[in-house]
Amino acid sequence: MMIFIWILQLICVPALSPLCMGIIKKIKAKLQNRVGASIFQPYKDIWKLLHKDEVISTDASWVFRFAPFIIFATTIVIGASIPLFASFLKNTLTGDLLVVVYTLALGTFFLALAGMDTGSAFGGFGSSREMTISALAEGCLILALFTTALSIGTTNLFVISNAGMLLSTQFFLSTILAFIGFFIVLLAETGRFPFDNPATHLELTMIHEAMILEYSGKRLALMEWAVANKFFIFATLGANLFFPYGIAHSVDTHAIVIGIIVLLIKIFILCAIVGIIESTMAKFRFFRLPDLLITSLILSALAIGLIQMQIL
Amino acid sequence: MINLLTSGSGFFLLLLFYTLGAIGSLIFKKKDEWANGWQSLFAIVGSLWGIFFSISAFMTGDLSFAAYSSVFPLLSFSFHIDQLSAFFIFVISLITLFCSLYGIGYIKHYYKKYSISALGFFYHLFIMDMLMVVTASNGLFFLIAWEIMSIASYFLVVYDHNDVNNTKAGFLYLVMTHVGTAFIILAFLLMYKFTNSFDFESIQAQSVAIPVFIKNSIFILALIGFGTKAGIIPFHIWLPAAHPAAPSHVSALMSGVMIKTGIYMMIRLFLDILQPIPLWWGITILIIGSLSALLGVLYALAEHDIKKLLAYHSIENIGIILLGFGSALVFISLGNTLLALFGLGAALFHTLNHATFKSLLFLSAGSVINQTHTRNMEEYGGLIKYMPQTAFFFLVGSMAISALPPFNGFFSEWLTFQTLLQGMTSVNILVKSTFVLATGALAITGGLALACFVKAFGATFLARPRSTEVAHAKESSLSQLIGMGALALCCLLFGIFSGYLGSLFKNIGTHLTVFRNISLPPILSSKINFIAPNNFGSVSALALIVFLILALFIVVLLVKFVINRNQKTKIGATWDCGTNLTQRMEITATGFARSIILIFAGILRPSIQNEIEYRDSKIRYFPKSRTVTLRTRDIYRLYFYLPLNKFITTLSVRAKAIQSGSINMYVFYILIAVAIALFLS
Repeated sequence: MMIFIWILQLICVPALSPLCMGIIKKIKAKLQNRVGASIFQPYKDIWKLLHKDEVISTDASWVFRFAPFIIFATTIVIGASIPLFASFLKNTLTGDLLVVVYTLALGTFFLALAGMDTGSAFGGFGSSREMTISALAEGCLILALFTTALSIGTTNLFVISNAGMLLSTQFFLSTILAFIGFFIVLLAETGRFPFDNPATHLELTMIHEAMILEYSGKRLALMEWAVANKFFIFATLGANLFFPYGIAHSVDTHAIVIGIIVLLIKIFILCAIVGIIESTMAKFRFFRLPDLLITSLILSALAIGLIQMQIL
Repeated sequence: MINLLTSGSGFFLLLLFYTLGAIGSLIFKKKDEWANGWQSLFAIVGSLWGIFFSISAFMTGDLSFAAYSSVFPLLSFSFHIDQLSAFFIFVISLITLFCSLYGIGYIKHYYKKYSISALGFFYHLFIMDMLMVVTASNGLFFLIAWEIMSIASYFLVVYDHNDVNNTKAGFLYLVMTHVGTAFIILAFLLMYKFTNSFDFESIQAQSVAIPVFIKNSIFILALIGFGTKAGIIPFHIWLPAAHPAAPSHVSALMSGVMIKTGIYMMIRLFLDILQPIPLWWGITILIIGSLSALLGVLYALAEHDIKKLLAYHSIENIGIILLGFGSALVFISLGNTLLALFGLGAALFHTLNHATFKSLLFLSAGSVINQTHTRNMEEYGGLIKYMPQTAFFFLVGSMAISALPPFNGFFSEWLTFQTLLQGMTSVNILVKSTFVLATGALAITGGLALACFVKAFGATFLARPRSTEVAHAKESSLSQLIGMGALALCCLLFGIFSGYLGSLFKNIGTHLTVFRNISLPPILSSKINFIAPNNFGSVSALALIVFLILALFIVVLLVKFVINRNQKTKIGATWDCGTNLTQRMEITATGFARSIILIFAGILRPSIQNEIEYRDSKIRYFPKSRTVTLRTRDIYRLYFYLPLNKFITTLSVRAKAIQSGSINMYVFYILIAVAIALFLS
């Protein structure tokens, strides 16, 4: 039973993440009065790309060739280190908050290097912009997650989501503040509006697309898939740390089925919010983005300040 | 043998190796190869012996001995090696070993240009005195060792003396280090005044007798003195000048080890000798640590001299070490010794880790500079194709210093974060807000360091060459590769065995007097896991590494050999928008960091200066040349050192008035001075 649950946990992120992308695109299409592609289109895209030939630049080194695999692998590792539908798994080996943050950073590191590796102007500037945003976003992410860690008294993500009563206790206000802070980071790290436009290939504004511009074939598929995974990971973190309702607390088929369904509903709500933001908001000017991130930082710091507990 | 390892003679043997190395290299003044061989051999043998000795000293513990009774009453050449000292001997020896290995190949390019024997002499003197600094148990003896260490390192900084920048940097270093030493001497004299002793043990025994005000003054004096050596902001200005000037294997030692002697003495004084301490000491150190970490990395981002960039990162990492150490002090004053022990463990672990990855980075940067003959990152590019191994080692170092798993930097930063988190649970509002600030600073530092090393690695090794020098670059020699490879391996191994190392750091703490009388639950770590106190969190290095590698392996296997078997990979040119790709289309280090610099414009004060020269000065339509100069201004120089300099200069001009030049006048001054002295007594 446990082995089965672990396998489910492992494949959950890569299996469901393209669906998220499909849903967001569908919501955006509906809001723009278009029919839009099927929500399963991202799966077909990835499958198609995986079977295509590819072109690699003469200037590229092994960093460029190897980066997609590393980036994709980090999302798999994180997928197993965060609570998805079952909080009883108690991964004390890698299920730590900082492990997740810094493993994500490992992916970002190679993504930015891969962008620089081909020596194109697009890739370089994409990397520069990406690192500028993620340098600030990483700090905001850590502080936002620390709010939940301090409320529960542990940095283990499974234990935090297992305790699951943040909203009904004296931590209500700080949890809400930290979630707003976290949501801003989610938009920044996954390259959504108002930070980045995932649908653009305009050289003046693109960030993430600029870095992966030179990729094609199977490596591009992995890159696209990894981005979807990253979005799913962030959405799950937001759903399960700040609103840990419905997550399975015990090894019970019934509880696990409910856990998966509730997770999907929560993620769908987050996707809907992101989709609506992208349809109703314009992208921010690049140098206004730090204001948004500093807002997130201040909200999280405020949230930590509101937490009263005594160990010392 | 066993006897030798666990007694004072073992340590004297260690010093003897370096003495022989120092004197021996002077003998081979004419033969560069011999001098190189001699000094490298003795440094390697000495450091190997140092590693063995420090491990056995670590196991046996307290070791006190004196060289010989001196004729001066207050000075005694006495040593005391406890676990803390043994740990620092280990760090010094470990880094010396790999730097000396690297040196065999690296020194060759100085043949015929500079005196190799002088290099060997000062190199050995420098290492020997670092070893004495971390073992001396007498204040005066310590000062002597400290001074020789500073002077020896000064001569190493100005070794490449044909470059006027290096001699300037050396002078700045000499001035700053002596200002620092002056503060240290004052601190020791104050301690002597109230305890009548320079001996560390008796000072410690009588430290209760020191009045509170004096104790606080000693803290401030010692903090400035040792902080100058450690490179804390704002006393850091010598560091980014001096470290790049020295030969690279010496820079590695200076950045990796020498600045840590400042940390060692802070631990020795504040946590060992001067206990008990007030709360604000720890809080001050936390604030200084946060500032150094954050500003260090910001200045590093603005830098495009590769060695200066690394030097600024040393300031950042000293800040991170101080965050761990500062929280230890706060916890001690709040009476929570368990957390204090944990904080000290974080500081010491980061000390060891920073020593390994920083020396690795300096060594690989040295290889690059050696091949390209410039320290300017804008003239690199594409070096990964010419120096693949060096590039790989630099990448390992970059990942370790950016605290990316699975390398060692991540695990010590994890410990530091956990310590700070514990501090945030305090009810004392001052303590809590300090810890929140420190955590925020550390979190942002981590992100900025990542950006900085993407810049450093990307601009140096990736894309296409930006100058012709790169095209002539060749891979480093074998000895250099071994030195760097071993350090890279250390970065990985210290990561994998971080759980085991954690339990050793607990040992260091429990042998300090403050922790000795308290029985502690062994929570710091089990062998496989790191576990934070109060069950706050845990991480297993081994599981993380295995998991990462396994995931990578499976992904590669599935994608390359199952799904995508028959597809072809074509090699083509980078997309060029229809024009010819040149190296000017790549992003530069300056361009890469520009947006972050503009975001932090309030601190970094970037300036832009446009100059256009026209073909025809009247019409001004056709520019002949355009130059854009981007600069960042150093606010410390601007608002602290320049006014100070001005003040001292005006003071000296005023003081010149009494210097008439006539001897009669001077005799008269002496008379007045004697009269005043008599009157006062």
